[in-house]
Formats: sequence, structure tokens, C-alpha cells
Amino acid sequence: MNLSTRYLGLDLKHPIVASSSPQSRTLDGIRRLADSGAAAITLFSLFEEQIRAEQETIDFLIGRTTYSHAESLSYFPPAAEYSVGPGEYLELIYQATQAVEVPIIGSLNGITEHGWIDYAKDMVDAGARALELNIFFLPVDITTTSQEVEEQYVRVVETVSSAVSVPITVKLSPYFSSTGHMAQRLVAAGAQGLVLFNRFYQPDFDVEARVVQSRLDLSQPSEIRLPLLWISVLFDRLQCSLAATTGVHSSLEVVKYLMAGADAVMTTSSLLKHGEGHIATLLTDLQEWMSSHGFESVEQMKGSMSLKNCAEPEAFVRSNYLKVLQSYSGHR
Amino acid sequence: MLSKKAIFMNQQEKADGPGLSVSKTRTATIDGNEACADVAFRINEICSIFPITPATSMAELADQWAGEGRTNVWGTIPDVVEMQSELGAAGTLHGGLQAGSLVTSFTSSQGLLLMIPNMFKVAGELLPCVIHVASRALSTNALTIFGDHQDVMAVRQTGFAMMASANVQEAHDFALITQAASLESRIPFLHFFDGFRTSHEIAKVTMLDDGHLRAMLDEELIFAHRARAMSPDRPNMRGTVQNPDVFFQTREAANPYFDRCPGIVQRTMDRFAELTGRRYNAYEYSGHPAAERVIVLMGSGAEAARETAEFLAEQGEKVGVVQVRLYRPFDVGAFIDAFPKTTKAVAVLDRTKEPGSLGEPLYLDVVAAFAERRSAASRPSIIGGRFGIGGKEFHPGMVRAIFDELRKPDPKNHFTIGIHDDQGDTHLDFDAHFAVEPDSTHAAIFYGLGADGTVGANKNTIKIIGDDPEFFVQAYFLYDSKKSGSQTVSHLRFGPTPIRSTYLIRSAKFIGCHVFGFLNKMDVLARAAHRATLLLNCQYGPEEVWSHLPRHVQEKMISKRITLYVIDATRVAKETGMRSHTNTVLQTCYFAISGLMPREQAIAKIKHSIQATYGKKGQEVVRRNFDAVDKTLANLHRVVVPEKLDELSSTPPVAWMNLEGAPDFIKNVTARIIAGEGEALPTSALPVDGGFPSGSAQWEKRNVADTVPVWNAKDCIQCGNCSYVCPHSCIRTRLVHDSLLDDAPAGFESIAIDAKGFPETRYTLQIYMEDCTGCGLCVDACPVRTKEKASVRAINMVEKDGLEIDNRRHLAFFETLPVNDRSFVDFGTVRGVQFLEPTFEFSGACAGCGETPYLKLASQLFGDRMIVANASGCSSVYGGSLPTTPWSVNHEGRGPAWATSLFEDNAEFGLGMRLSADRQMQLAHQLLSKLRLDLGEDLVDELIHSPQRLESDIRRQRDRVAALKAKLTTLKGKKAIEARRLLSVADSLVRRSVWIIGGDGWAYDIGSAGVDHVLASGRDVNLMVLDNEVYANTGGQSSKATPLGAVAKFASAGKRSGKKDLALQAIAYGNVYVARIAMGANPQQTLTAVREAEAYPGPSLIIAYSHCIAHGIDMEHGMEQQRLAVHSGYWPLIRYNPELAEVGDNPFILDSARPSVSLNAFCENELRYRALRYTQPEEAARLLEKAQQQVTRHWALYERMAQ
Repeated sequence: MNLSTRYLGLDLKHPIVASSSPQSRTLDGIRRLADSGAAAITLFSLFEEQIRAEQETIDFLIGRTTYSHAESLSYFPPAAEYSVGPGEYLELIYQATQAVEVPIIGSLNGITEHGWIDYAKDMVDAGARALELNIFFLPVDITTTSQEVEEQYVRVVETVSSAVSVPITVKLSPYFSSTGHMAQRLVAAGAQGLVLFNRFYQPDFDVEARVVQSRLDLSQPSEIRLPLLWISVLFDRLQCSLAATTGVHSSLEVVKYLMAGADAVMTTSSLLKHGEGHIATLLTDLQEWMSSHGFESVEQMKGSMSLKNCAEPEAFVRSNYLKVLQSYSGHR
Repeated sequence: MLSKKAIFMNQQEKADGPGLSVSKTRTATIDGNEACADVAFRINEICSIFPITPATSMAELADQWAGEGRTNVWGTIPDVVEMQSELGAAGTLHGGLQAGSLVTSFTSSQGLLLMIPNMFKVAGELLPCVIHVASRALSTNALTIFGDHQDVMAVRQTGFAMMASANVQEAHDFALITQAASLESRIPFLHFFDGFRTSHEIAKVTMLDDGHLRAMLDEELIFAHRARAMSPDRPNMRGTVQNPDVFFQTREAANPYFDRCPGIVQRTMDRFAELTGRRYNAYEYSGHPAAERVIVLMGSGAEAARETAEFLAEQGEKVGVVQVRLYRPFDVGAFIDAFPKTTKAVAVLDRTKEPGSLGEPLYLDVVAAFAERRSAASRPSIIGGRFGIGGKEFHPGMVRAIFDELRKPDPKNHFTIGIHDDQGDTHLDFDAHFAVEPDSTHAAIFYGLGADGTVGANKNTIKIIGDDPEFFVQAYFLYDSKKSGSQTVSHLRFGPTPIRSTYLIRSAKFIGCHVFGFLNKMDVLARAAHRATLLLNCQYGPEEVWSHLPRHVQEKMISKRITLYVIDATRVAKETGMRSHTNTVLQTCYFAISGLMPREQAIAKIKHSIQATYGKKGQEVVRRNFDAVDKTLANLHRVVVPEKLDELSSTPPVAWMNLEGAPDFIKNVTARIIAGEGEALPTSALPVDGGFPSGSAQWEKRNVADTVPVWNAKDCIQCGNCSYVCPHSCIRTRLVHDSLLDDAPAGFESIAIDAKGFPETRYTLQIYMEDCTGCGLCVDACPVRTKEKASVRAINMVEKDGLEIDNRRHLAFFETLPVNDRSFVDFGTVRGVQFLEPTFEFSGACAGCGETPYLKLASQLFGDRMIVANASGCSSVYGGSLPTTPWSVNHEGRGPAWATSLFEDNAEFGLGMRLSADRQMQLAHQLLSKLRLDLGEDLVDELIHSPQRLESDIRRQRDRVAALKAKLTTLKGKKAIEARRLLSVADSLVRRSVWIIGGDGWAYDIGSAGVDHVLASGRDVNLMVLDNEVYANTGGQSSKATPLGAVAKFASAGKRSGKKDLALQAIAYGNVYVARIAMGANPQQTLTAVREAEAYPGPSLIIAYSHCIAHGIDMEHGMEQQRLAVHSGYWPLIRYNPELAEVGDNPFILDSARPSVSLNAFCENELRYRALRYTQPEEAARLLEKAQQQVTRHWALYERMAQ
């Protein structure tokens, strides 16, 4: 059975990739992911905004108190005036590339042009085989037009792709008016892959304390529908790799995504829930499923149920909606 | 601060003098402490240290260098060990020397006093070493951190040789010369220089490299030192017990070593001169070669004296100065030889005070020296005087006054210079304006705020200028005594000739006023030269600024023909993301206006300096600073100053004091100190015994906050939380009868009381905006979120501008309302406590201080019968620093009586107060019994036997004491004498509440033994440890309370050991009431514990979690951090009440719930923990894990104890 696949120009032994998660924050975690069989590992994201905020905070905390009183001209040893930058992250990339054989993909969330460029270059220098751009832009300013938002995405991709030589992939927002067109633009701008989709932090309320809470819940298998739809639609329509993420808890979701047309299937929630060893389970189950259903290779499965290849393409468009409603009332 | 960088980056290649063995020299622009420590670190193997101002930074640098892996000239990294006190540091030094290492220490003042016993030992055993001292006044009638020679003069009898440096270069050079001379002579040395004036003055220093150090230190002497050391391979006995038969002889046996020492010192200086070109003499003369009048002195004052003498000598005056560098052993011959033969009159200046002596020590030595070496006929007349005590200025006007005095036929002996002694008439008058500085010296003064970065920018400026080989530089900085909203003054000099002006600038060509409000608070132009330039940071443009200037400023600007520039640096800083840091903007203006160098060059240098200073903090910080530089010049404007005053165009000054109703002392003394006129106060105006009136902070209106809380009465639930947590007692509430509000001024708010049983009563909450520091803790503590807007609370921060006038009117009315009767207040609830008058208010503590709310609470509960012993540290500084102090009195005139003794003895000091109070109560009981029939049996019995635990008990006892006093005055005859005796102790019949207060540096470290002993005494004392887990007052050094994994000075790689559990130690006694509290986590538990501790009739220990600026947190969320400390299990809330054991209950109560968040949730908000993650992430993770394990184990132990 041939499980191999090609994602971002990288030859992977199988399609299951560890997605950006807290498990890749330490070298030990990365080792465990590799040991359990991940075909590639996307590191947790480096957030430029966080680095800037941290630098500003330290500058504020130290600057506020320095040279204010004759007895205490400062409150921290000079060593505390650390270099707060991407050093730790880059070191982790380097260590990871030395420690494991599978490709390491860096993940970057920038906010300024120089941030995107500098950190992207640094990651490649440290040994990242590809970069995932974790673009997060929430237009809370409601005068921002959809065109402006799109331009911003395109500009980031153009900027980074012209600055580095390794493949870049974009973790896409599901909230574009025309996802497919946007996907095309990003590919034209230099993206060699798309990851569908990014799950953004969405606030919750604590109504007792009357405060807003930020948290991200683990994804559920039912959430695969939206990426499944769009991978199916985009399969074989773009000159780029497609990766699926969200809701992969069992081999069933892997199968579905592959049949939709994904080159790689990423998982975070299931690994957080079951541990890194769950990759091995997914892989075994995938093989069993393929075997029991007579599939010989992943390539064979890829896109077999995409919009282009499925038996009922109309199910992807409006009629799909109608059908669901009908079936729903039928249940009642 | 450092310098490794300064030293290595600030290199200049400069030809040395001919015949020197080292062909290149480096210069560095550094301060005296760094100059000294740089050498001491490189030539020693062990540094045993303890922080004390102003020597602390020497120890910090040594620790930092060791942490960075810097090696000494022997190729090893010195072992830098922080001890629990200077006593410990001296003991370690002694042991290290006995065991054959090269050991040093750095200290000052009280620290040096603690070393005295060991110093006698070290000298008695001829152990070579050098202790480096930034000399400072001793605590007598008061504490001062500033420089004089009281400390070093107090150890002159120990047998240590003593060498004085007068400037930063000497501090560097003499660190080496003393070490070399000590190794050769075997006499230990004290190397001292003036605290702050030299230790903190920044100057350009020619650096000694390792080659110099190796060349000066004969390794054979080190071998000999090691060969003499303790060793089991060749054992001998040290420190035997001797008897009258031989002890005297053994004391005399070492005389030859002391006799040889001065010669060794001079030869060492000569060798040094050959090596470096810098020549020194043990006794240095300068001035007219045929001088008749000569001043003798030591230390930094010698620089000003020599500068003045040389100036006068050039004008033909026959004056000179003998600078004493080697004070012990005193070389009479060399000293006498230093004087011109023409000398007729000598004035000896001592920077110390020895009350009751014939004269101060140097004076007596000089008198004896001349008496021994010169016949009566050939001796000059000699007078002695005191100068510079406690950092008092010593400038050319004073030097000339002394020379003038020596001209008189009958000069004043035992004079003082620098003060007005209207009582003893010891003072000499002087001309404050006499100046000797060359015109080529450029002098600039900058007035700024502690938080605006002015000092930091000036340090950079002086380094930039110091880089220029053509310039000599000097920088000196002043700070006020407040920890919030403090003012700074920077004095910068540079010029083509060496700068020896060891005094504040008297005539500046440039004045930078970085805060517009200072124009009202101080005479910013007092030190401006004629035609000087003033740079003003203000919101007004060049067209409008003139009319906003106070009249007195306008007058001075016209009379001095000042050139004025303005810039809205605050706006430029905000626009470029620099927040309140106006430093970069104003530094750029200074370079642009002063024309020190072409603008492009200046901007390039500023940017280079920014990169060097902030680069390590990240490029974003650098970018912002660059942006600020680039946007500055377009906003800088020159203002046309009118030729004469226009009657209408000025702004009346704003009052920063409210002296209405103030006592005379406040008006005549305190107010003048606040106004910066303290220098002019004569001796008669000031207390003779250190006693100052309580409650002076209320008169000073510092107005340091831009944003202040405003009460949202409509939504308030009257919980009292805001008032409870306010560190500066700025939120006061009262319950008022309706009728009293009829005359309330417009806008005075009140709401119906939210409690039953109080008809026609309203609740009002007022904010002392002018005393508020704007910390925001009150808002954070408010539980209310209004129904309409969750962002609005019942108290909210707003811009203060424009609110002051109404606020003053409201407060004036509020203060006329009756204080709530304590007998109606529920002391047991946080809600009730808000109505109790605080007798601790408006302190100078940091905005958002975590300590002061506890003190305020204690003052509310017990202030009217409280005696406080306060250890040195933050609490003594914000609690007792002039000009104004926060411990105050209630409306009856009662309040805490407060005193400090030392850092190390506070528990014992407080115990003495307890013993005294008990003694007086016993005496009163005895006398009451004696007069039982005269006073009435019931009254006497009740006075002696009534309980005094509850507030109501106390109130009744006060009534009885009042009745007693009334009766006592009626007793006649023999009874009248007994009555007077009883009257003198009658007040002590009300139980005194003795509080022993201090920080963790005291309780865990330096005062640990005393704390332990006092707890063991069983006496009724209350120890409150304000535990901020670090020596915050001296700048954040690690203590035994510092937690595992936190970064602090002396623990820059993260503390490797856990925090000492002081509570468990005390619990082990069984009869000590112990509580661990955290107000932000559980205000009610705090209140309960403080009340129980006070009521417990034996020793009580309260350990209070105090969030602190040294934790690296946003202080606005300090109480939230307290909550996380408790919820993570890091700070379990406990009470151990021995009285419960007596009734068969478990005395150990665990007041907090099982940990509900990880330790990391608490740690990640604090820079002290995060710091290590940036530099050593894996180590940080390891320590965090270890710390979490400790917390878990600790919690399990506590849970078992509570079962």
C-alpha cells in the first residue's frame, strides 16, 4: 500500500501532518510527534504582535522604574533586559531539524511588513523546510472594505514569497466572500499551498463576572464540513497543494479529506486529546480502511469525491442546503 | 549601568606619557562605584556582599560580571556571595582570608559598623585585603543615605589602613594601589570615597587593563599569603585566648608592620606612576608654592578645595591645600613635609562629627602631628571645622570663606561651613555665588521626572560627549525622597580641561525643564547663567507659551536675558509610541540647541547610543526611539521673549501646598523644605533629637497623577473595597446625617446608606485627588460593572485636569463632617473598616504599592494606641522621609508613635517598646493600688482588671483613664506626689499595641535572629512582615524570601533555592500567633488575621504578601496578582492561633481553597519570572516545574496540618 503524498513540494511518507499546536513548543514534544509517525510537523506560530507587545511591556516595566529613586536606580539585573525576539523559536526550529528527520514547517503570524520578511527569513535560515503563513486579520473597523482585507492577504503572500525561497502555504480564513477566487489570488501571489481553514479565537462571555473570555475549544468532527466543502471545490482547480485541518479525530475524517482532494491532513485537537501517539492510531486505521475498501494508494483516493469527480456535484451547491433541510424535517 | 560595554566600546587610543610600559590607554565614562568595582573584581577571588546604599552597585556589578563569566586577572571567575548582613559578609571575608584567598567586600555606613568586630580580627591577624567603602553618614538623630566620613571615622581604631579617593579616577586607581600595598604590608585596607558625590558621579576615567593589574600585584606576595593560610597540612592555631602575661606584648608585636605601611603605600604609588603616568602622593599639596594659609582635608571635598586654591593662587593669594589620601597609618613625617615652609595658618576640615570631643579626628591628628614634629614657635596656628555632613554641598564659596577666616588674627575654631548655626554661632559666612570654573566648561541642568527617562538620557548624553577625546565630562544626579512621581535633577559638565568641581552646578548655560509644572514648584532658573538657554517641555506653542508662564519665571527670564525654546515632547513621545518617555525627544533638542556638534553628527550619535542602549530590548524599541528622534526637530520652536513684563500676560502660580490650618512648625519648617529652601534653615529651626511632628504629608499636595478615580455614586454598593486597597489613603468614606448635607457645595455627592437601622443617614465617598498617585488599584478592586456598560464601574479613572478646584471644595466640606463614631462601626467587616480614620496617609510609596494598604489597615484599627518599630527598608523610607511623613493623627490627636532603629535590630527594638509599655502599666497598677481609697475602689479595680481586647473595651478604659486623670489633679499633700507619678504613666493604662514592621530583608535575613528571639520571648508584640520577596528599597536584590525561579539582583540566573517558610518556623514555637495574608486574594481573611494577631496576648507574626514594582508587574493589577498567588497555591492563606489549641481545637487553619490554577498562571504575569525565559528558557522551565512541585508538596503539608 502506498501512503506517500506530496505537499508543498515535500515528499511525505503519508498524509498525516501534525498541525501547529502547543505540542510543538518543546523539542521533546516535537520528538514525540515524530516518533509517533507524523509525516511532517508544523510548529506552533510565532506571533510578531506578541514579540512587540512583550518588548513594549518590558520597556515599560523597566523604564518606568529606572532612575527614579536614589537608593534604587533600577529593580532588575541588566541580564533581565533580555533580548525579547524570535531567538527561542528559531533555536527550536534548528534543534528540531537536527533531532527529527521529518520536515519542519515554520508558522508565522506577522503584523508588519518588516516583521513578515525578517521572521520568515530567520525561520528559513534556522532550517524550516516550508512556511505556513497564519494570517489573522479581523476587520473590527467596519469601514474596512472586503477588497482592502483581500489586498492585505495578497500583499503578505507576495512579500514573503519574494523574500524566501522555500514553499509557503497560507492558512486560510473561511470568511471571504468568494473563497475560491481568493484562493486563486493567493496562489497567483506566490502561495504554493493552502491550509483550509484557520480556526480563529472567538470570545465568550462570563455573564456572572461580566467579562469577555478568550478561549479556543478543541475542534469537533462535525466541523470538518466547511473545509471538506472547499477542498472538494478547489481540488484540481489550482496550481498548489491543499491541506485540510479541523475536526480530524479519527481515520474517517482523514479518508474524507483525502477523497475531497487534500494532499495532507492536519490534526491538532485529537493529539491534544489523545496524545501524540494518536497519529499512529490514525495511520493504522487509515491503512485498515484503505485495505478493507480496496484502495492501494493515497493518490488513488485524492479528490475521488471532489466537486469534479463526485457522483452528485449538485450536492455541493444550493440543492445541498435544501436536502439537508428536508432530511432534518424528516427526522422530526 | 555597566560597563563591560562602556569599557570595551568606549575605547580611545591615546598616547600615554613617555617611558610607560603600556602604550595604549582606554577611557570609559563610568561612575565611581563602577570604577572601583572594575578593579576590585579583577584582582580578587571572592566577593562577600550585602546591599547598602550607596555601595550597592559595586556588589551588583561584581555579581553581574560573575554571572557573565568575566574572569579576574588570575583567570578564574570570582565567587560572589550574598550574605544575610554585613556582619555575615565580614565573617565570610575573614574566613576566606584565613583560608588563603583574595577576598573583598563593598559596603557603607551601618554596614561598615556591622563589620567592626571582624575588622579588628582581620587587622589583628595581619590578613591582607581591601574593603571598598562608599562613605556615608551614620544614623543618629536621623538616617541619611548621603555622603560624609562618619562611617569610616568610626572604624579608624580597628587597625585597618585607610585610604581616601577624591574622584572617580582615584576610586579606580586606588582600588589597585591599596590591594598592592596591603599584600606587601599585610595590613588590611579600607579604601573609601564619598558616597554619591564620587560613588555616583559619572566621569571619564582612564582604565587600567589587566596588564597594569598584574604588573602591580607581586604574585610572590600572594603565594606568601596562601602559604600562611590555614591548612591541615601545616596546621596552627588562630585566635587563641590569652592572659595578662602576654596579651599586651602580642598587641605590640605587630607594630613594625604598621610602621612600614606608609612607606609601602608611597612606593606603591610611585610604581603606579611609572606604569600609568598618574602620580599620587599619600599627602598631596597644591596651591601657591609659598602659601601661608593651608586647608587640610580628605575625600571629594579636596577636589573643590584644590580647584579653588589654585584659582586663588593664580590671583596671587598665598593659599594651598594638603589633601590627605593615607589617613591610617598616619605618616607624620610625610604629612608635615607636604606643607610649604611658609605655612602660618592651617584649617583642618573633617567631614564627620564627634560630639563632645576636643575636635574631630583629622583635626586632632593634625594638631598632634605638628606638636610632635614642630617646635611651638615654628608651628602654624591650627583650627578645625566640619563640612559636608550628610552630603551637604561644599563649593568654592565655602573654601574661600575658610581661607578668609585663616587670615583673621583670631580665627574661629571648631567652625562649621555650609550651614547657618544661629544657636552655637559656629558657622562661617560664605559667598554662594563665588565661582572658579573655567569659562570653557559647559554646564547644563535638566529637571525631570523619575519615570520620564531624563536621567537615563543624560547618562547617554554624557557618554556620547565623553567619547570625544577632546572633552572631559562629569554627570551627577539628584533624586527626591518619594518613590512615586519623584523629581530628578541632572547636572552635566564637560569641557577641554579636567573637571574637578565636586559640587552642583551653580551657573548653567543650559536648563532643560522637562515638566512644565516644575516652574511652579521650584525655581528652575535659580542656577541659570546670564544669557542661558531654557528648553521647556510644554503643551503650549511658541506664540502662546509666554502668557502661561508664572510671573516669577517671566521676571527671571527677562532679567537674565534667557533664550527660550519650547517643544511638546509629551505629544511627540506619545505619537511615536514612547508613552511617557520624553527622554529621547528632549535629548535630541539639547543636542540641536546647544550646538555641541553638527546636527547630523549629533543625530547619528544619538541613534548609535539608542541602538547600544535599547538594542537588547528589541528592535521595536529602537525603531520607536529613532522615530522620536526624527520627529523632534520639526516640533522644536524658539520663543521670542519680550523685553519687559506685560502686566496682564502671566499665569498665577498653582499652590502645591495647602497650609490652611497647619501648625507653625509645618508652615515655618516643613513648608520651606518642600519649597526647596531647606538649605536656608538655621539650626534653631530644627529639632535637636530627631523628633518631627506626625501627619505632615497632608499639607503637601503633590499632584503627581494625571488620571484619578472619580466616584460613580449611582452604582456604588458601598462595599468599601476601593478604600480598603488604596495604598495612599486617598479614598475616604463617611456616614452622614441628612441634615448635615444642607450646606454641601454643588456637586458634593452622597447616596442613601445601604444598611438597615440608619434612618436619614447618607453615605459619601471622597477622593483626595491631589494626593492620589493614579495607580488604579481602586478601580481594579471595584466589584461593580454597571448594568448599561460593563466597562463602567462604581469608581473610574478620569483625566484630572480641571477637577482640582471642585475637589478641593468638596474635601474642605467633607472634613467638616463628623468622623464616624468607632463604637458604631463594625470592625469585623471590610465594609465597616472604611469608616475608620486612617492614621497613615499620602505616603511617598510607589503608585500602587502592595505594602501600604496593610499599614493603613492597622492604623485604622489600632492607630490611636499603636507604637511602631520600623525596620530600615521601603517602609521606613516612605514612612519617614522628609519633607513630609505619612504617619498621622486622628481627630482626637491620637495616632501611631513611630520610630526606627536599624535594619538588623528592629524586632529587638520593638520588644524594648513592649517591655517599656508593660513596665509603665505595672507601675501604674502599683500606684493605683496605693491610691485605691483616694481614687475610689471601683474605678481602680476596673482600671486594673477590665478586659481590653475589643474596641468597646478600649473605649471604656479611655473613659476611666480620663476620670482617673481628673481625680488625680485633685489630690493634695503627700498624695499629690504619688498622683504626679501616676499621671506620668496613666496613659499606659490603655493597652499599647506594639507593632514591629519591616520587609523580608529584615525578617528573613539581617534581622532573622532577632525576629526569632522576640517570637520566642512570649511577649505581646505584633510583627508584620511586608513580604515583597526582595530588597526593594536598595533596588531588588534577592533575599531568602525570594521565590524559586524568580530573577533578582544577586540571583540574575533565577533563584535556585526555595523561599524560606517563615510561618512554619514561627508555628514551631507553638505559642506564636501566625498568619499569612494577601489582601487582594481575601480581604476579609486579612482583616480577621490582623485583628486576631493584635488581640492575641503573646507574640504574633503576620506575613503579608506585598506585590511590588520589583516584581515587574503592571501595578494596577497588583491585587489580581495577589489573588493568583493564592489561587495557584503559591501563597496559602493560613492562621495559626494558639488559643484554639487551648480549647482543644486545631490551631492551624487553612483559609484558602485548593489550588485552582497552575503556578504558571501566577508567574507568567511577572517579569521577575519571565526574565529567565528570555535568556535561559530551558532552565526557566526546569525551575518552574520544580517550583510547581514545591507548591504541590507544600500544599499537601498544609492540608495535613489543617486536618
